[in-house]
Amino acid sequence: MNTRSLKGWLYLIPAIAFLGVFVVYPLFDVFIYSFEEGYNSASQTYFGVGTYNYSYVLRDPYFIQALKNTFILVIITVPLSTLLALAISVALSSIKKLQELYQTIYFLPYVTNTLAVGLVFMILFQKTPYSDGFVNQIIMAFGGNAVDFIDGPYWAKMTVMCIYTIWVVLPFKILILTSALASVNPDYYKAARVDGTSSWRIFYRITLPMISPMIFYLIITGFIGAFKAYGDVVGIFGTNLNAAGMNTIVGYVYDMLYGNSGGYPSYASAAALILFVIVLTITCINLLVQRRSVQTS
Amino acid sequence: MSDVALDQEQGRSFARGQKIRKVLTYVFLTIWALVVLFPFYWMVLTSIKTYSSYNGEYVPQLVATDPTLQNYTDAFTAVPLARYFTNTVIFTVITTALMLMVIVLAAFAFSRLDFAGKDLLFTVFLSLMMIPNELVIITNFVTITDLGLRNTFTGLILPSVTSVFYIYLLKENFDQIPDELYKAAKVDGTSDFKYLMRVMIPICKPTIITVLLLKVIECWNSYVWPRLITDNQLYFLVSNGIQEIRENGFGRENIPAMMAAVVVISIPLIVLFIIFRKKIMEGVSRGGTKG
Amino acid sequence: MKIVLEHITKRYPNRNRKVGGVFTAVDDFDLTIPDGKLIGLLGPSGCGKSTTLNMICGLETPTEGKIWFGETDVTNLTPELRGVGMVFQSYALYPHMTVRENIMFPLGNLKGPDKLSKEEMLRRVEEAAGLVQIDELLDRKPSEMSGGQQQRVAIARALVKTPKVLLLDEPLSNLDARLRLSTREEIRRIQRETGITTIFVTHDQEEAMSISDQIVVMEKGVIRQVGKPQHVYDEPENLFVSKFLGTPPINVFAGRVVDGRLFIGDDEVFAVPGVADGAVTVGIRPEGFQPATHGALHCELVAVERMGRDTSVVAKHLALDAVQMRAIVTSDARIDRSVETVCFAVRPEKCRLFDPKTGERIRFDGDAVGEGATR
Repeated sequence: MNTRSLKGWLYLIPAIAFLGVFVVYPLFDVFIYSFEEGYNSASQTYFGVGTYNYSYVLRDPYFIQALKNTFILVIITVPLSTLLALAISVALSSIKKLQELYQTIYFLPYVTNTLAVGLVFMILFQKTPYSDGFVNQIIMAFGGNAVDFIDGPYWAKMTVMCIYTIWVVLPFKILILTSALASVNPDYYKAARVDGTSSWRIFYRITLPMISPMIFYLIITGFIGAFKAYGDVVGIFGTNLNAAGMNTIVGYVYDMLYGNSGGYPSYASAAALILFVIVLTITCINLLVQRRSVQTS
Repeated sequence: MSDVALDQEQGRSFARGQKIRKVLTYVFLTIWALVVLFPFYWMVLTSIKTYSSYNGEYVPQLVATDPTLQNYTDAFTAVPLARYFTNTVIFTVITTALMLMVIVLAAFAFSRLDFAGKDLLFTVFLSLMMIPNELVIITNFVTITDLGLRNTFTGLILPSVTSVFYIYLLKENFDQIPDELYKAAKVDGTSDFKYLMRVMIPICKPTIITVLLLKVIECWNSYVWPRLITDNQLYFLVSNGIQEIRENGFGRENIPAMMAAVVVISIPLIVLFIIFRKKIMEGVSRGGTKG
Repeated sequence: MKIVLEHITKRYPNRNRKVGGVFTAVDDFDLTIPDGKLIGLLGPSGCGKSTTLNMICGLETPTEGKIWFGETDVTNLTPELRGVGMVFQSYALYPHMTVRENIMFPLGNLKGPDKLSKEEMLRRVEEAAGLVQIDELLDRKPSEMSGGQQQRVAIARALVKTPKVLLLDEPLSNLDARLRLSTREEIRRIQRETGITTIFVTHDQEEAMSISDQIVVMEKGVIRQVGKPQHVYDEPENLFVSKFLGTPPINVFAGRVVDGRLFIGDDEVFAVPGVADGAVTVGIRPEGFQPATHGALHCELVAVERMGRDTSVVAKHLALDAVQMRAIVTSDARIDRSVETVCFAVRPEKCRLFDPKTGERIRFDGDAVGEGATR
């Protein structure tokens, strides 16, 4: 190797070292772990090689619960947050006054610690012996009954989880969509208006197709992000998610690794790989749908 | 009614429709702004209520009748909030600094130097962007545990240093510097390293600052890795600290003190955001991902 | 500093890996540049002129051949050891530095015994800035200056280390037409004042001809002709050079010689004693046509463009290798626009014959420019 080549590699040594040790090696290792049966982290021994870890995880009621929670969360929050973000972005780009102020406010949740704000959401939704909590006060004002959203029925807990998730993911989506809307050449709008096109038709036939690549991007990243939900959930329900019945797949992985039921890197690896396959499949389906709809439009 | 009058009538109702729509738009936007801001208001509000008045309110009040800063004192004395805070600052500063060094060198090599295997290596780097953290964190946990680095800053920092995406972002930026600048520097006998330090970094300062800000936000909010790798309060970061406070801190019921702690750990990023609002938002829209 | 380029050749591995093989950018380039002269390196884009310049300054090393600066073999020396200054097409000013910092930058790289004191550096910067007349602008950033001013800064930066050789790579291409004229005079003045051997790369033949002591015309990595600008224009050694120099360009026809007489199409133009029979390529400069009622060359009239001092006649001819030809005639020449055919008499001294296969010049009696021809 000549000196020029050597120099290039020299500059890359730190990056290669960090990535090699903390990304590339673990990538192979996680496969190995997931097939080593009966791995004991203390003695670092295992009995055999096979798919037992996978079948254990897939039969574990906690994992089934986590899978169910995650899917419900994904199915509710991805479409809702994308539509809401679209509505807000369109409204935002139709005004001039105060636009920057609103934009700044909407972005605020992005820079806050989700664990910390999760605590605030918990307090807002909580029902304790001393108080019904803020949200329940509103529900009661409209004639409803108070519900404990944090320790109560499953649907109530799921509701808070979805609301908080949407609150957390919206800043990113609004930002991306407003900048996509801003980048549409205003001449298109002028041309459409000269032709007497109605606002709704302008939105449907011009704006939407123009920003559709960004919407697809948001849907894909939204799916990936929602499948990996964890921190926000901990923020609301605390670290013992299995007990609350609100665990997610990622939460299950970490609990298996280290937590109250921890110490099983093999189960954790199997669960993580199952998650990876799910995310990969969904992403591929998304990309296929995107390709088809781009071709037809 | 003549045609002209009819047109005027239509025009007027059109204008009225426009006005109504504008009002509705602002109402909608304001409602969402309130939804976003309310948790922040509630957190500050609760943090200045006294313990007794908070618990005495069966119906939560929207204003504090007897504001106090006692909770803030409690947050720093009853639980080691200052320690969590310092830990997070140390963690953030060292991780960000190390990351900048690593990515600047790597981006420079990819953008400016010619070496055997460059294209292949860059492709490998790019493909690493698709690897989810959840997949590699298991082995990293085992590695760090085996190295005896649990409950150390080294263990916290090392796996958080690299980011392929930022290497990519910076490389793209470096690529935009015209070739002639490099040639001009070479004619004057400037070494590669000096060219990097004196020319490339100053020119790409805006991108570097953006990357730095995004990394700081990421570090400040990181929760999963610190939770796995630390179980000693001496090494907790703010996210773990808040979880600890919630579960074992002031006793579950002292919500106002908890909120004071939440306010304290939220402030640095909000201040950072207010100062660098444009840069952060621009950086995120250029390639940040979350949610 | 006399520069000798001894049979230099530069080959690259072919960019398209599937094709493989090598691409020869510069082929057996052999040239001696006398001390203190301004040389214009001229050719279409991709002809290898920039590669040649890069090899002279040391950014690239020739695959074969040697480069001498005076008595020193610099072939394998790095740029900073050669003592060259270079000015780039885009000026390549560091955008984050002021003009003063930009000009001082090369001095900051000097090491060991060559290291200069801060005062000395500043003095030299002032001196270089004075030479290009930008002393007033030293505290500005490049973005706050016009293209012409930026170009002067780039020249000052190249001159500040008192180079033995000054290299200019398309220095005027990014300037507007008016600035280009004044800047090229400026470059000429600076070169005269400093007496530095200067090599100037351009694809603009007018630019090269106007300021160079000598021009070197290149095509596909090969030198096609070297000489004083007017001489190269008047006595092109091959078809390529004749086509490349001159605006509007020379008009090229397919011709034929029969019994010492030149035919263009069916038109017998004039006698070319001493030329063997057979096909020839005929190049006629736009100023070589004279409208005449009984002119030999019968062309189809397309347009007459009056441009004040002279008139440009656009016409067609079957034997032409292009769609149209252009003749420049004095404005008092009368051309009847209503007729479809215009007849031209051709001036033999503005007409050059070339071998249709090789493109090499075929001389005939009467093609000399005349008494004052430069040789």
